[in-house]
Amino acid sequence: MSQSLDAYLILSGILFAIGTFGFLARRNAISMLMSIELMLNAVNLAIIAFAAFGAFGGSPAEISRGSVIALMVISVAAAEATVGLAIIIAIYRNRRTPLVDEYDAMRQ
Amino acid sequence: MRALVPILVALAIMGAVTGVAVLMLVLLGQDWADVLLWLFAAVMIGSALLVVTMRDIIRCGLAMIVCFGALAGIYVILGAPLLAATQVIVYIGAISVLILFAIMLTQTKDAPRVLVFQTQSAGAAVAAIIIAVIIALAVTATDWPEVVGGTWLDTATLSEVLFNEYVLAFEVVGVLLLAAVVGGVFLAKREPGGPS
Repeated sequence: MSQSLDAYLILSGILFAIGTFGFLARRNAISMLMSIELMLNAVNLAIIAFAAFGAFGGSPAEISRGSVIALMVISVAAAEATVGLAIIIAIYRNRRTPLVDEYDAMRQ
Repeated sequence: MRALVPILVALAIMGAVTGVAVLMLVLLGQDWADVLLWLFAAVMIGSALLVVTMRDIIRCGLAMIVCFGALAGIYVILGAPLLAATQVIVYIGAISVLILFAIMLTQTKDAPRVLVFQTQSAGAAVAAIIIAVIIALAVTATDWPEVVGGTWLDTATLSEVLFNEYVLAFEVVGVLLLAAVVGGVFLAKREPGGPS
């Protein structure tokens, strides 16, 4: 079980699907941001699983490439969370609600 | 007395999980990595479902911390200890706390009572299930090359790769983080005379 790549990839796919559902279905903007974090983590899990099972090559230096890519993804996710939460707080200060379907100023 | 109920529920869940693990280990004769992978996977998927379905958003944030912790355990099983440590430090320590603070700043009193889902949530559920099924089918239909995983990744090797081959990406990520900090401060700053 822990020695098959399929298990990790299916796990990553399930996590990604849960994140997709949360992003499409939730009304709260911060909930949508949390769903995006779930999807980023699913992709990270897939990258690490591929690297650990030798998709980039079998030597230790080649296996560690996957970890390097995942570290970059984590850093970009941190930057994205910072800016996203700042935008949500700025919108909340103007509209007094965190619900995305009430942000309709550009529709009228 | 009422304060003890969540503690008792948590203890019961932990006992059940440990019991299942011991059963799998002793009765089914599986090895440690398999049992731990099953446990972490169950905790991760369960808490991820709680993140997207629970009504109180602060509990969603706490469930997200549990989900990230379980994912760090899966990284250890995959043999990437530095990445597991980074997951705990950056995701649980930084991003989750940031999200919890944002929740506290944007929480209205009637938030748990209003509708949680959009009107298209049924369609979203169907789309998510279709995505999961397609990924599972594609993964099982592909013949991956037979390489035994579980190599324990050396941090010294990883640092050599990171600071030789990928040093440009490392520097660019540093600049990106600086830009994100400046942008976040600028966006969240109160303007003098603007809405409070």
